[in-house]
Amino acid sequence: MDMELEQMLRPAEFDMPEYPAKVITLATGGQMVVRAATRRDVPTIMKAVKPTIKIERDFYDVVGSRVYAELLAWNKYRYRNCYVLLGQIDNILVGVVNGRMLTDKIGISLHTLAIERGLRIGAHLYAAKMEHHIEFLNQDEVWITAESPIGFRRWMIEYDLIKQQGVQHELGGADSFKLTRDLYFKCKSRLVAGSRPCPEDLLEKAKGEIIIADEESIVTQICGAKGAWSK
Amino acid sequence: MRNVAIIGVGMTDFGRLEDDTLMDILSSASLHAIDDAGIDPKLIELVYVANMGGGILNHRTAIASGLVDNIGLIPAAADTIENGPASGGSAIKNGVMAVASGYYDFVLVVGGEKMRDVSGWRATDFVATLTHPDAEYIYGITLPGMAGMFANLYMEKYGYTRRHLAEVAIKNHKNALMNPYAHVQMDIAMKGILDSPDAAINNSPLAEPLHLFDSCPVSDGGAAIILCPEDRVKEFNKPVICVAGFGQATDTLTLAERDDPTDLKAVTLACEQAYKRAGITSKDIDFAELHDAFTILEIAEAEHAGLYKKGGYKKAIESGENKITGSLPINPSGGLKSRGHPVGATGVAQAVEVTWQLRGEAGERQVKNARTALTVNFGGFGNNVVALVLRRGK
Repeated sequence: MDMELEQMLRPAEFDMPEYPAKVITLATGGQMVVRAATRRDVPTIMKAVKPTIKIERDFYDVVGSRVYAELLAWNKYRYRNCYVLLGQIDNILVGVVNGRMLTDKIGISLHTLAIERGLRIGAHLYAAKMEHHIEFLNQDEVWITAESPIGFRRWMIEYDLIKQQGVQHELGGADSFKLTRDLYFKCKSRLVAGSRPCPEDLLEKAKGEIIIADEESIVTQICGAKGAWSK
Repeated sequence: MRNVAIIGVGMTDFGRLEDDTLMDILSSASLHAIDDAGIDPKLIELVYVANMGGGILNHRTAIASGLVDNIGLIPAAADTIENGPASGGSAIKNGVMAVASGYYDFVLVVGGEKMRDVSGWRATDFVATLTHPDAEYIYGITLPGMAGMFANLYMEKYGYTRRHLAEVAIKNHKNALMNPYAHVQMDIAMKGILDSPDAAINNSPLAEPLHLFDSCPVSDGGAAIILCPEDRVKEFNKPVICVAGFGQATDTLTLAERDDPTDLKAVTLACEQAYKRAGITSKDIDFAELHDAFTILEIAEAEHAGLYKKGGYKKAIESGENKITGSLPINPSGGLKSRGHPVGATGVAQAVEVTWQLRGEAGERQVKNARTALTVNFGGFGNNVVALVLRRGK
């Protein structure tokens, strides 16, 4: 590798505080560790994201392929000021969210990918992402768009996000919305779950091993009922 | 009048059947029931289709005519029956009367609904069209809202708490884990839905005191049964499962007009009629499939059906006698709460589950020594209720 050129290609990054891990009790009574991923985790995470690229249901193909590309770009230092948060239950990776800092005061929400469904994994991880931007990165607002109807209902409606006329979100042509500090703190008690500190043993185990379900299980979990003719 | 039996049952998965039309769902359930009975389809003379929302949600009417054509049952007589969420029970009742009267020998009753083509709030609005247009709907009432108000009154009057409701939800989720057709396959825990700080977010308020896990999901799905005279069952190598009794009763459309809104008179009357026709009392019921669109309804129906005295179901909840392994299992299928609630299919799905149980074909969720069972299909908010008693043997 030509390190001289590589140095020029790698963007300078903000000094970003790490998201402090937390633990969320799910409806099942199980515990989900939410923690920041490192670049070392990326190849493993990509294995769990890859099967979603083929799933048309609920625009998983769009979201999965974008997350895959964003992870790759982050891992290879081609995406500035990014972070990735993971949800793990018993070390199994159940969801991934990512975002980045556009400026020191404006955050960009990138994607939310729930690999296990039905337990509000996506909702909990999305809330963690907003928590990160507002409370730990100390930003004033987060810019958000939606690529699926589920995302639109979850984010734009549940958080009562503000539509931004004439502002382009970097993910593309869909409408852009924003979460402000005020809105965040108004929603926090009903949408942001979890407690800190995350018990040391749980966190160490989660960091030590990311378990990935097999491809068939991931697809089955995401797609749910097989159809009227399946039995 | 002739005795009537069920010789075939079939179901689709309940859930979000994205790639299937309403007609696919009805056809699949019907063909499963025909296969199960081992009947020559040419013998089927009458088809009743239970459906509530085809015209509104799927832009499809004359559904029964479409179905007989789609699955090759022409020239069978065919009618669609709409009685809100009790459409399935009503269709079965009509099928039973058709066979009992001697007019028809082989009747297919199928219920189905395709509700997930629309958003959740549109589905909620669709169900709310069953309320009184001028006295209720116009003020924005929905079924969750109505159930919330009912729950407040019922809980205060009979001493129920949110913990009792949560116990019902947990039980039905556990039962559904053993039902491969169920919509919601998730084992929930008290810690996750009531007893931890995060529970308030996992189990968000729906219409106080009801929360997310107190409500059934919005489902797609279909279920079907085939009825015939009891004396012809021997032609099909199937155990005799009789529709021993049925009952149906109505009440005021608006809750506000009832003397006591916590008194579900139509449930009581429908069940009493069904018991009387079957020649039994509520004490003879071995298990029941009740219409738990909301957890509070399992409690209220169990009590109004005479299975428990008013306020008495809490002992069953606390002791676990309503579990599959208990002395009076309620909703072994997972109920509407977890098996799902495609409205037109629900009453038929209850009969399918009971038939599997009475035949001993319910797998992991089999109720031991089940001989006599009750179903309650609750239309409107208790303003049109159909009850069935099914029995193994003559």
